[in-house]
Amino acid sequence: NGQGLKNEAAMSELVPEPRQKPVVPMKPMGINTSLLGYIGIDTIIEQMRKKTMKTGFDFNIMVVGQSGLGKSTLVNTLFKSQVSRKSSGWNREEKIPKTVEIKAIGHVIEEGGVKMKLTVIDTPGFGDQINNENCWEPIEKYINEQYEKFLKEEVNIARKKRIPDTRVHCCLYFISPTGHSLRPLDLEFMKHLSKVVNIIPVIAKADTMTLEEKTEFKQRVRKELEVNGIEFYPQKEFDEDLEDKTENDKIRQESMPFAVVGSDKEYQVNGKRVLGRKTPWGIIEVENLNHCEFALLRDFVIRTHLQDLKEVTHNIHYETYRAKRLNDNGGLPPMTVETEENHESNL
Amino acid sequence: MCVTYNMRAAPPRPSGLLWGRGARVRAGPCTARGGVALGGEAPPPRPAVRARERSSGPAAAGGAEIFSCPCLKMSKQQPAQFTNPETPGYVGFANLPNQVHRKSVKKGFEFTLMVVGESGLGKSTLINSLFLTDLYPERIIPGAADKIERTVQIEASTVEIEERGVKLRLTVVDTPGYGDAINCRDCFKTIISYIDEQFERYLHDESGLNRRHIIDNRVHCCFYFISPFGHGLKPLDVEFMKAIHNKVNIVPVIAKADTLSLKERERLKKRILDEIEEHGIKIYHLPDAESDEDEDFKEQTRLLKASIPFCVVGSNQLIEAKGKKVRGRLYPWGVVEVENPEHNDFLKLRTMLITHMQDLQEVTQDLHYENFRSERLKRGTRKIEDEEVNKDQILLEKEAELRRMQEMIARMQAQMQMQMQSGEGDSSGHHV
Repeated sequence: NGQGLKNEAAMSELVPEPRQKPVVPMKPMGINTSLLGYIGIDTIIEQMRKKTMKTGFDFNIMVVGQSGLGKSTLVNTLFKSQVSRKSSGWNREEKIPKTVEIKAIGHVIEEGGVKMKLTVIDTPGFGDQINNENCWEPIEKYINEQYEKFLKEEVNIARKKRIPDTRVHCCLYFISPTGHSLRPLDLEFMKHLSKVVNIIPVIAKADTMTLEEKTEFKQRVRKELEVNGIEFYPQKEFDEDLEDKTENDKIRQESMPFAVVGSDKEYQVNGKRVLGRKTPWGIIEVENLNHCEFALLRDFVIRTHLQDLKEVTHNIHYETYRAKRLNDNGGLPPMTVETEENHESNL
Repeated sequence: MCVTYNMRAAPPRPSGLLWGRGARVRAGPCTARGGVALGGEAPPPRPAVRARERSSGPAAAGGAEIFSCPCLKMSKQQPAQFTNPETPGYVGFANLPNQVHRKSVKKGFEFTLMVVGESGLGKSTLINSLFLTDLYPERIIPGAADKIERTVQIEASTVEIEERGVKLRLTVVDTPGYGDAINCRDCFKTIISYIDEQFERYLHDESGLNRRHIIDNRVHCCFYFISPFGHGLKPLDVEFMKAIHNKVNIVPVIAKADTLSLKERERLKKRILDEIEEHGIKIYHLPDAESDEDEDFKEQTRLLKASIPFCVVGSNQLIEAKGKKVRGRLYPWGVVEVENPEHNDFLKLRTMLITHMQDLQEVTQDLHYENFRSERLKRGTRKIEDEEVNKDQILLEKEAELRRMQEMIARMQAQMQMQMQSGEGDSSGHHV
């Protein structure tokens, strides 16, 4: 592992730059010339990685939208497995529930040695009634309940080593592709909930619109969200540095809201098997960027911003809730009573 | 001159299609039997021709087949006969249908179509596609924030379409704002009161002195647009249809059908039909073809009946596909052709509307209007009876109320007196 350092003072000046972590420790690249030798501090990233792989991590995603917009299919497509409440063999004759229900289904999926405990929280009945006033309240209540659960664990005297995280990290809101504008219900929901959870607006069943209609609709939706002061994820105020800002700006102003198509059926196109929808006039390929933006959504949520979603939830939304709770309680943590609740394990 | 209206071939020219009262179109190749003359011209006499339905005797002199005149409900099932005009015993009133037809053609036809559905389902585009016009030239689409405060409105636009000398005065009643609000409980009140108003007006005109120029603004048909994104009918759809199925002919239509694959379409249609039956909703049923129609027509009617609710796609844009220009929508993965029966049911919907325009009017007149009329008149007389019986009671009640008011006034006066005395002599100058 290289030579040991003789001078302690020089060690304290070292600020290891976050580099792509090497599997095998390499010679120093000359970043800090006072470094007399290679220490191997950068291997901490490798250690963290190994740890994460062993423990796995939680991710909770909520889907909200009127019935029939393809929420369950999209979630299945995102994670390439049957993880929604409508997993294989679901009853297509389901009736619309009279009130909004919250259904959370957990699965453990594994990829490349990494385990993820994925929970999909579905909200059937949202926006389907004749009178939809306040139909977001059960959802808001559920989200706050998860924060409360986490808070109670945190302030517990005998804390668990790893607090089970049931907080909602990401909420996909499905916009109906009318081609006109948002609906009043969409606005109301997002206004109320963008302050408590990360909302990612998504245009559902985007194969309804031609390219021009899609661009126009997206522009109009973006403008409406802006005019109404709705901050969807990634929120501008949480951009940490310039790099984040430019990257997120591009996503915010050009790609979002993502116009997606979901499917769990495969077809043969040009010799390859692709996920898609077959119609008499052609096959819509889900992962083809010319057809729809599913690939962008997937990369965004899973490949690049997954950890960020969790962090924003933990550092910002949860902290806001916590501060409010403590304030209400006069600056004191809420009294924890030893009930069975605290001993429940969600693992 | 024959006009063919055949589902399988491309539809005729762009000036619109219309057949009104007194002329029923039959789809079928243009043969000596299947042709229909319009525009009041008398085609050369042909060996006829089975008379259809309500006209008795062969239409010999005219040679044209006129089907169903509203006033001629003569005996059906006349066997086909060939009669030479010179035969002794030939009177010639078989030409009557022709005359009626010619008169109606001169008068022109009226039809009122109402379209109801959530915003963004493609209603306006479909209407424009159906009648090949632009009914909504300057349309401003409101944003969501504006829609929060809006109530349902009724907008009626009338357009006169003429084709080959036949005039149709088409009124399209649009209902913007339906289904937009968060609370849609009052959505259909406006619509129902509009329908009732038109019935009321007609009733009033009909009972009036001058009945010559009654304008018929009653809603003859309502296209109800069902969203293709759901799994069937929404609660709002069910409630609305139950509220108006006794007042107007409902034709359910599944809009934006290019969202659905063929299997999904079948499933959705079946689901909707099941739900309609489950809730006892009465939609408009196409009348069965008479047994003396030719096979083509029967087959067509069967096909139409089997396709309800129709899955349609509307568009007025011309796209180049397979070397020719078609109306359709261009996607990166293909072109959806509006007039291709394999892609959607647009042609079926148009056929249904055209061939049954007259039947829709009849059902409105005979069923819905009569229901309304009897209800209304019953209600009217009942009110008068009740009033007479209750007159005395009302008088008593009114007297009692009067006494109560007088007492209250007296009390208030006393109070004011006391206040004025106990106050600092501040007289407000009030006198009760």
